[in-house]
Amino acid sequence: MKVAKRSFDAVIVGAGGAGMRAAVTLAESGLKTAVISKVFPTRSHTVAAQGGVSASLGNSEPDHWTWHMYDTVKGSDWLGDQDAIEFMCKQAPQVVVELEHYGMPFDRTDEGKIYQRPFGGHMSNFGEKPVRRACAAADRTGHAMLHALYQRNVKANTQFFVEWLALDMLRAPDGRVLGVIAMEMETGEITVFQAKATLFATGGAGRIYYSSTNAFINTGDGVGMAARAGIPLEDMEFWQFHPTGVAGAGVLITEGVRGEGGILRNASGERFMERYAPNAKDLASRDVVSRAMVTEINEGRGCGPAKDHVLLDITHLDPKVIMSRLPGIREISLQFAGADPIKEPIPVVPTCHYQMGGIPTNYRGEVVAEGAPVAGFYAAGECACASVHGANRLGTNSLLDLLVFGKSSGESMIEFIKNEPAAMPEIPQGEIDKALARVNRLDMQTQGADVHETRLAMQRTMQAHAGVFRFKDMLSQGVDKILDVEKQVLQTEIKDKSQVWNTARIEALELENLIEVAKATMISANARTESRGAHVRDDAPDTPERPNGRDDANWLKHSLWYREGNRLEYKPVNLKPLTVDSVELKTRAY
Amino acid sequence: MTTRTVKFKIYRYDPDKDAAPYMQDLSVELDPSDRKLLDALVKVKALDDSMSYRRSCREGVCGSDAMNINGKNGLACLTDVDSLPQPIVLRPLPGLPVIRDLIVDMTQFFKQYHSIKPYVVNNSPAPEMERLQSPEERDELNGLYECILCACCSTSCPSFWWNPDKFVGPAGLLAAYRFIADTRDEETNERLDNLEDPYRLFRCHTIMNCVDVCPKHLNPTKAIGKIKELMLSRAI
Repeated sequence: MKVAKRSFDAVIVGAGGAGMRAAVTLAESGLKTAVISKVFPTRSHTVAAQGGVSASLGNSEPDHWTWHMYDTVKGSDWLGDQDAIEFMCKQAPQVVVELEHYGMPFDRTDEGKIYQRPFGGHMSNFGEKPVRRACAAADRTGHAMLHALYQRNVKANTQFFVEWLALDMLRAPDGRVLGVIAMEMETGEITVFQAKATLFATGGAGRIYYSSTNAFINTGDGVGMAARAGIPLEDMEFWQFHPTGVAGAGVLITEGVRGEGGILRNASGERFMERYAPNAKDLASRDVVSRAMVTEINEGRGCGPAKDHVLLDITHLDPKVIMSRLPGIREISLQFAGADPIKEPIPVVPTCHYQMGGIPTNYRGEVVAEGAPVAGFYAAGECACASVHGANRLGTNSLLDLLVFGKSSGESMIEFIKNEPAAMPEIPQGEIDKALARVNRLDMQTQGADVHETRLAMQRTMQAHAGVFRFKDMLSQGVDKILDVEKQVLQTEIKDKSQVWNTARIEALELENLIEVAKATMISANARTESRGAHVRDDAPDTPERPNGRDDANWLKHSLWYREGNRLEYKPVNLKPLTVDSVELKTRAY
Repeated sequence: MTTRTVKFKIYRYDPDKDAAPYMQDLSVELDPSDRKLLDALVKVKALDDSMSYRRSCREGVCGSDAMNINGKNGLACLTDVDSLPQPIVLRPLPGLPVIRDLIVDMTQFFKQYHSIKPYVVNNSPAPEMERLQSPEERDELNGLYECILCACCSTSCPSFWWNPDKFVGPAGLLAAYRFIADTRDEETNERLDNLEDPYRLFRCHTIMNCVDVCPKHLNPTKAIGKIKELMLSRAI
């Protein structure tokens, strides 16, 4: 197979929020930068974010980054690294203002400032009462943000490789990262993109679950590539189930609906969150709300003929507020639930939404493995684990993560590239051959497993064995099942052998990435015998000795899963912020 | 909804093996939970993995799965499959070169989008905080910024079919007005200059196919009208 080669100072894989924010910094610095994306940039999944991006601008009432930091640490159930969390919350106002300067069409207050709305877990004065911190463009914040970032990159003349699928990362014998190998989807041609610095900004892998708010493209490509290249994956047992996916369809309904006054109700019309979170109620953290909903359903108080969902009610809101602040939600509800939320409530159910874990990095975006940065390798956004979200992410901190760590990665890469010699090292042929072998196998495979069926088997296993509530027996069975599915994944067969826009081949390659994420998730979850944040298991219940089932004595640590031998290691949580005092450990309640 | 069978007639072309495009008849069994045309296409692909189309978000915000559905452009993910007369005839978006099956080459479409300088230009020193904009000024961007670049509009426009290299097309012109209407942008005059040409703007003959097909209910014709008004008012 003929392999072309191109060289750049920096290569970014992924053109969502994180990749494009990094690209702005790199392209504006004058470095030769390539952005590789399997979809046209504005089709990346950042586009689907709705409710807002958090920053303690204080445009409507007093706010402070230390309050934001407190909320984020508490939201993470103390698993987040406090240096990274401080860095993110402190940077937030600046990166949001920069985005406004790029042209982001934020909604406005009467004084002309950026409009901010309440969101789950956002409180003033260290957990006292809800605060308006989520900066919003109606309920299309991600769309507005992704387009603004793309537009800024057009202005900066960033070089995009659109509809290219990255296959694998390339490493030198000493471990440094030399770039990626990628396939042009239109032609099937394969090219090596050599770079002094490589950034993965490939997003999450929510498609490991059967029911997900995620796009079809969210297949964990960067995470899978990193795992194959020997990089460990951090805290992969922690997956966020968003409380309000449209029942049946899985499409996201933003938490901003509750921020604007929406209420969750069970079959008897009760506002049940008052029982679970007397203070924050419907605006408690996402893991808390999702568990409350599943408990209501499990105890027979669900709605509909099958009693399998609850209702999100905004019929009491002024229709003008719905039309101006939540127009997209009304469309989604009409389209996917057949309900006009002005007149009737929306059927919702917790749905897999966000990967808290990922490729381990520090707050500079450098990938950290074996206790030290991996030379030339960076990660940002949902594929990375800085770790700011810990065991549960706060709503709107994902868009903030993209901006802050996209930018800091870009800046770290500039520093690194500056000190690199002009000549680039030779890429070992064996590295290239490994990727080619995966493509060749698919071209040659006969009598193999069906991609669609194998993917479904994986998704059903994840859904049943590693959901909102987890059970000891189901987790250990889940490990065996997912390892069985892996055997199928390694011998999938595609009928389509065309070189032109072969989507069957793309889906088979994506499945090879998904299965790495699924294995990491199931094995890490099976091993963590406590309950924390989004990971709650039956054998770690709420007791007076261990409130919420959290076991700080044994489990206040990050999981690291290695693909080779499915080995697990652990590393301590950084409880020490950069400049302020630690947020002391305490029991989490809303 | 129940289990039911849906009949299709789908445009197929793989330049790697087909001498010419052809229409393929096929039918597929849908589950009760399959509501949208995209759900049906996923089922089709499970039967025949060579069936090629773009898709991503499946909720009408990414703009990937635009296609010509029973003669009208739309998004597969927002089209109720049961609302469509059968056989459901699927073709690639008209007026752009076909790469394979329902996948078109969108180079020309994006070239026109890029030609209008799709970014806010403001050379005044950036303030420490946000540039202020009143809620009323911000409202001017509604109906403009929501475009998802799916190309349903431009590829339904006869003027774009005839002159895709010279006429900016409804999507590009909607974007042009989005920046003109933004109080933070300082280049209104340059933007109007950029469009003052017999083709770039004035090939719009208000046929309004763009308005008819836009899956986000936007109105490019209205935006184009506003650009023409601005041109007229600065000429007199």
